[in-house]
Amino acid sequence: MIAAQLAAAAHSVAAATETEELNPLLPEWYDIIWSLVIVVVIYFVFMKYALPKFQALLDERTEKIEGGLQHAEAAQAEAAALRAEYEQQLADARTEAARIKEAARAEGGVIVTEAKAKASTEAARAVETAQRTIEAERQQAAVSLRADVGALATELASKIVGESLEDTARQSRVVDRFLADLEASTAATTAPNKEN
Amino acid sequence: MIFFEDTVFEINRIILVRFIAVAVFLVIFVIGARRAKLVPGRFQGALEMSLDFCRTQIAYEILGEKDGKKYVPVITTIFFSIFFFNITGVIPFLNIAGTSVIGLPIIFALWVYFMYLSQGVKKFGVGGYLKHSLFPPGVPWPIYFLLTPVEFLQVFLLRPATLVIRLLANMMAGHLLLALCFAATSFLLFEASAGLKAFGVVTFAAGFAFYLLEVFVALLQAYVFSILTAVYLQMSISEEH
Repeated sequence: MIAAQLAAAAHSVAAATETEELNPLLPEWYDIIWSLVIVVVIYFVFMKYALPKFQALLDERTEKIEGGLQHAEAAQAEAAALRAEYEQQLADARTEAARIKEAARAEGGVIVTEAKAKASTEAARAVETAQRTIEAERQQAAVSLRADVGALATELASKIVGESLEDTARQSRVVDRFLADLEASTAATTAPNKEN
Repeated sequence: MIFFEDTVFEINRIILVRFIAVAVFLVIFVIGARRAKLVPGRFQGALEMSLDFCRTQIAYEILGEKDGKKYVPVITTIFFSIFFFNITGVIPFLNIAGTSVIGLPIIFALWVYFMYLSQGVKKFGVGGYLKHSLFPPGVPWPIYFLLTPVEFLQVFLLRPATLVIRLLANMMAGHLLLALCFAATSFLLFEASAGLKAFGVVTFAAGFAFYLLEVFVALLQAYVFSILTAVYLQMSISEEH
């Protein structure tokens, strides 16, 4: 390897001095021609083939990145819109719930009032019925009492007096008088009761 | 190593070196372009990074993004071609830069020369371009007696000539330096008397340093050539001088 290097170095020195003798600023035709060929090849292969490919790729990448950014922005905007919508819906729902609650409360109030009214009328009716029943029973009791007391008193009186009261006319008169007295006293005692 | 000797199609060592450089250059980028994917791998990433350097650091930097876009392919092509031809100067067994013989620099310089002239003419017309480049506005008229010949030389002769000579001289000087250092090293270490062997170490160290320098110069000259291309284009097509 060293030998090859040396040979190359020596050769190049020789070449360099040779060109210097020839004046390095004056080109040889073969030099120009091959240089031209080389540059033309580079022009077509590198500049017209490879570079546009890279350029296209760079453009594509830029486009992709920009597209991605736009997409992200759109997604974000959409998410924001959705969120606003949800919030709106939530607010609506809350208002609706409040409204329903208010309505229910009002309705409940009405129901309670109605129930109260109904209950008081029921109670009044029950009281009235009870009073009527009591009155009727009292009347009945008074009638039956009158009959029983008459019979008992007659019997008792006849036992006490003996046969003296056999005469029906007298008996009837005595009984009637007794009952009238009794009735008067009873009416005097029951009248305040009935006021209640 | 020489084919078709003494014809216009003669192929000597330097032409072969150029062929190799072109082959490597094109193979790398054609494979890169073929395999290019939307999500780059390492190889493609490196290629894209270097292409991006040409685009942003040379074309857009000098020409602005609007004009620069149009000339990115040309500038990129010039940068990479010259770099690949330069770098052969430090590659073992090739050992000579493809640009260290004048033919190739001439072709590149002529390409740039005709490109900036034609772009200027295309934009301003022949008369407009001449007026634009030979009679820059904003100077009092007597100055044109001095300025116009200078500008003429500049536009039509000096720009292409300096492109050629700068590149050629740099690469040739680098090659001579390396060849001298390594030739001296081998002579001093293997053939000179014992006392001189120490100098062999010195020349080897110098050769090593120049080798690294040449890697840098290869890159730098490619950069200089392509940035001057951009500058000349900019001068040809810009509204103000």
